[in-house]
Amino acid sequence: MSGDMTFALKQLRSAWRAGEIRVLLFALVLAVAAMTAVGFFADRIESALGRQGGMLLGGDLVVVSDRLLPEEFTAEAHKLGLRVAQTMEFPSMIMLGEEGRLAEIKAVSPTYPLRGRLTIADEPFGDARKADGVPAPGEIWIEPRLASLLGAKKGDALAVGERQLKVAAILQEEPARGGDMFSIAPRLMMNANDVASTGLIQYGSRVRYRLLLAGEPAALDEFRQWAQGRLERGSRIEDVSGARPEIRSALEKSRQFLGLASMASVILSMVAMSLAGLRYVRRHLDTCALMRCFGASQNRILQVFLVQAFVLGFAGSLLGCLFGFAAQEVLARLAGGLFLEKLPAPGWTPAFGGLLAGMAAMLGVMLPHLLRLRGVPALRILRKDLGENAVVSWLAWLPGIAVMLGLVFWSARDAKLGWIVLGGLVALLLVACAVAAGTGYLLRQVAATSGGTWRVGIANLLQRPGVGIAQVAGFSLGLMAMALLTIVRGDLLDNWHASLPPDAPNRFVINIQPSQMESMRQFFVQEQLAPPEIFPMVRGRLVAINDHPLDTGRYVDERARRLAEREWNLSVAETMQKDNRIVAGRWWTASERGQTLISLEEGIATTLGIKLGDRLTYDIGGQRIDLKIQSLRKVEWDSMRANFFAVTPPGVLEKFPASYITSFHLPAGREDVLNRLVRSQPNLTIIDVEAILAQLRGIMDRMTLAVEFVFAFCMLTGIAVLYAALSATQDERIREVAVLRVFGASRRQVRATVLVEFAGIGLLAGLVATIGASLLAWVISDRLLQIPYAFNPWLAMLTIGAGLLLVPAAAWLGVRRIVHVSPRQVLQSV
Amino acid sequence: MVPDSQENIEIEATGLSKHVTSSEGELAILSDFSCRVLGGETVAILGASGSGKSTLLGLLAGLDVPSAGRVIFRSEDLAQLDEDGRAALRGRHMGFVFQSFQLLPSLTALENVLLPLELAGVADADERARAALERVGLTPRLTHYPRQLSGGEQQRVAIARAFAPRPSILFADEPTGNLDAATGQRIIDLLFGLNAESGTTLVLVTHDATLAERCGRRLHLEGGRLKQ
Ligand SMILES: Nc1ncnc2c1ncn2[C@@H]1O[C@H](COP(=O)(O)OP(=O)(O)O)[C@@H](O)[C@H]1O
Ligand SMILES: [Mg+2]
Repeated sequence: MSGDMTFALKQLRSAWRAGEIRVLLFALVLAVAAMTAVGFFADRIESALGRQGGMLLGGDLVVVSDRLLPEEFTAEAHKLGLRVAQTMEFPSMIMLGEEGRLAEIKAVSPTYPLRGRLTIADEPFGDARKADGVPAPGEIWIEPRLASLLGAKKGDALAVGERQLKVAAILQEEPARGGDMFSIAPRLMMNANDVASTGLIQYGSRVRYRLLLAGEPAALDEFRQWAQGRLERGSRIEDVSGARPEIRSALEKSRQFLGLASMASVILSMVAMSLAGLRYVRRHLDTCALMRCFGASQNRILQVFLVQAFVLGFAGSLLGCLFGFAAQEVLARLAGGLFLEKLPAPGWTPAFGGLLAGMAAMLGVMLPHLLRLRGVPALRILRKDLGENAVVSWLAWLPGIAVMLGLVFWSARDAKLGWIVLGGLVALLLVACAVAAGTGYLLRQVAATSGGTWRVGIANLLQRPGVGIAQVAGFSLGLMAMALLTIVRGDLLDNWHASLPPDAPNRFVINIQPSQMESMRQFFVQEQLAPPEIFPMVRGRLVAINDHPLDTGRYVDERARRLAEREWNLSVAETMQKDNRIVAGRWWTASERGQTLISLEEGIATTLGIKLGDRLTYDIGGQRIDLKIQSLRKVEWDSMRANFFAVTPPGVLEKFPASYITSFHLPAGREDVLNRLVRSQPNLTIIDVEAILAQLRGIMDRMTLAVEFVFAFCMLTGIAVLYAALSATQDERIREVAVLRVFGASRRQVRATVLVEFAGIGLLAGLVATIGASLLAWVISDRLLQIPYAFNPWLAMLTIGAGLLLVPAAAWLGVRRIVHVSPRQVLQSV
Repeated sequence: MVPDSQENIEIEATGLSKHVTSSEGELAILSDFSCRVLGGETVAILGASGSGKSTLLGLLAGLDVPSAGRVIFRSEDLAQLDEDGRAALRGRHMGFVFQSFQLLPSLTALENVLLPLELAGVADADERARAALERVGLTPRLTHYPRQLSGGEQQRVAIARAFAPRPSILFADEPTGNLDAATGQRIIDLLFGLNAESGTTLVLVTHDATLAERCGRRLHLEGGRLKQ
């Protein structure tokens, strides 16, 4: 056995010298590099995004509770090396002289926030600066809204419970608050040490306690597990996934794209490896026949080549890991300037995973090839055709397919995406085989009636049906993946940018009374701002579903209970908002005006267990109204426009008291407008979402960068597949060209032969790729990313054109040098 | 059968036939061939191109299995062995020289000669390979690749490779078929010289009558049948 070892290694060395394994190794290195680079990077991006999301929570993980959490929670967090901060939130009346307002008080410990930042200014909408710590004892920071409602300014003392606390700054930005931004009172932030002396917290007070945690993912996970069993009713753990829906949805899409891209590179690389392996095997058929002739048993041949595959796999994977690591390091450095915080260090898992995956991929992909080598008969030495087109049992492909499936699902990070792409692949392969077989038939007809170079070119295609199909499939896959990623990347990025145009609304105004509508309009005209969209809003409580009184106790999920209990904002619309999409039922027609119908947001319906056709009873200021659900809508929360869970047709809610809400874009530097608006209409409440928008844009910028990088990497693997597919028959091509030259074919005729063969292959591949990519892109856009898909004829033409022109051109490049060399030399060398 | 020569029978073939089925129906490539080759003998198989010589050689060496009949090699019935068993037998006892040399293009001359030795696990493989190449006069070309060698030189490497493991029988399928007359003559001299030195049994396939003259015995094939 050790003799076989050295023998195998010597063989490998000479194969390396002969350049027989370069493509194979290249494909493997690329595969592993792609997997690990994307893995490393996605890992880091993900934890960076987690922190980004953490900025919205103020920490990576939050324990929320109605009661003061036991001391052991903090102790455990410290034990795990986590950083800790505490906050308390409760509503209270705040007085300035005789003027009183309800405020949402947030008392914070000195370490708050663990992620993200607070910004403050000296006057409302003034120059903001990053806060150094939290309000000092005896001091408070208040939001501009509260300042204008009370007419307070910096230096004033406000009555907070039994204390007089001094306004030290205007609070501009805090890690965004969750929940419904339309129904919260303005913020007052104070130091946690002052809370006791205000006397505001007594038995029965509604206080929300938060324990914020930040640190390493592993420690956070451990803490989560530890805490899970100790949480009492009224307590829960929140993380980024509970952050604002708009950000969650943007994160989700980016993650899916990263998954798609790394999946594509895995599939492509494995196909490239398989094609490169095909060439390796074809080159070693004679070696095996000779070895059989010299007495080697079949298993010995298998062993020798297994050793080679193993060594190759290990070396290639190691190299790939190194490249992958280097690639993501470069990227992290490039991205460094964009990230607010330094990217967390990459973990070892991707490296180890990459090594393992590379070996598995190599062995899996090579197995059918090796079995072919094992089965080469000794007689091949006398009869060249033997063993050439040997078919191995389909069972031999299973390990490779299993490895591919495993890697695909591993890198997709999303089972649904994995299934979609797999389905697409299977369909594509079937189509490719069918097209190849059908074209084979057609070509035979053409060949019979045409002559010269055409016949040779076509004959080449027909001669090796297996290899031909593998080649067409390889080219199709390569082109398809490239086209697909181009489409999805373009759609995704366009969609993001469109959802957050530079003039996206960044201020909401709520509490507009019907009598103020006209003066509001005039105000906007005067200030030369675009007229805002104004939506009516009626507040009501859900009291019954299908005549059964609402029993919020039946909701085990606390979020569901909160949603069901709170006041709903019902709105009125004649036509559906552009960024909404009907997922069940239908929107109302003009003739249904005045009918008691309602359209619900899909998510809330699911959470509350409400179906299409159910009847909802709302209590609006003491009056009841029954509304039948006529449609369920999908709402793009990341558009940051005013959106409503519940909408009715016009003519239904008019008899109820309504207020109005509007959103508009306030250009930077025109914050003075807000002061004038609040002064002229003091009852209005302005909500600033600029900070959220900025965070959202930040995430999208980072994700755009990540998407572009991963995209470029996939393009590289795509090229590797094309190259491997091309080189699968390189030897034969060179020999054929040499033979043609011997028979006196001119350079032009030789070129025509090669070009005809590969234009045929390229055209087929381009067609299959276009169809496949368009279908897959449609499914992925529509089902998964939920962005509208439009067929792009230019890209289709580009793909087909690339197949038709690039493939033959590249093939010609591969044999061009041969034309200048004497045929004898060529024939001798192959 | 003479008892003392029984010890010495290298190959005994009886009633060998080979049929293939093609689109034009059943085709008999070889019909009812019988012969006996004794140890140390030199036998030429003669016949026109397409007469079935290579097919016969393949059957005698156990590279292929007959449609009918059987081959006994050193008292082992080849039909009783499986593919691997026959391979092992080849490895132990047989050497091959082919018309198209069959050198591996990615291996140097030395490595090509080493191949069967290493497969057999010979301890002093390297020395033996060098010695074999020296015997065929190629010491200066040890590290050359086949494409850097002329046809005659390539065939000399192949001969060195065939003799290096010290087989008891050598099968040569038109060893001069791809060479010019003068080179072919030198190759033949080498082959017979080495054969004489090592006392190897030689089964030589050729269509060249003068070459066949140098063998102790000649078998003529015509249309797959032995011509008496
Ligand atoms: N597997 C096969 N299928 C079809 N024809 C075959 C096969 N093997 C050999 N032949 C045919 O049998 C005949 C004898 O072949 P071969 O033994 O190579 O002849 P020789 O070596 O004498 O030139 C040839 O016509 C050859 O084409
Ligand atoms: Mg022959």
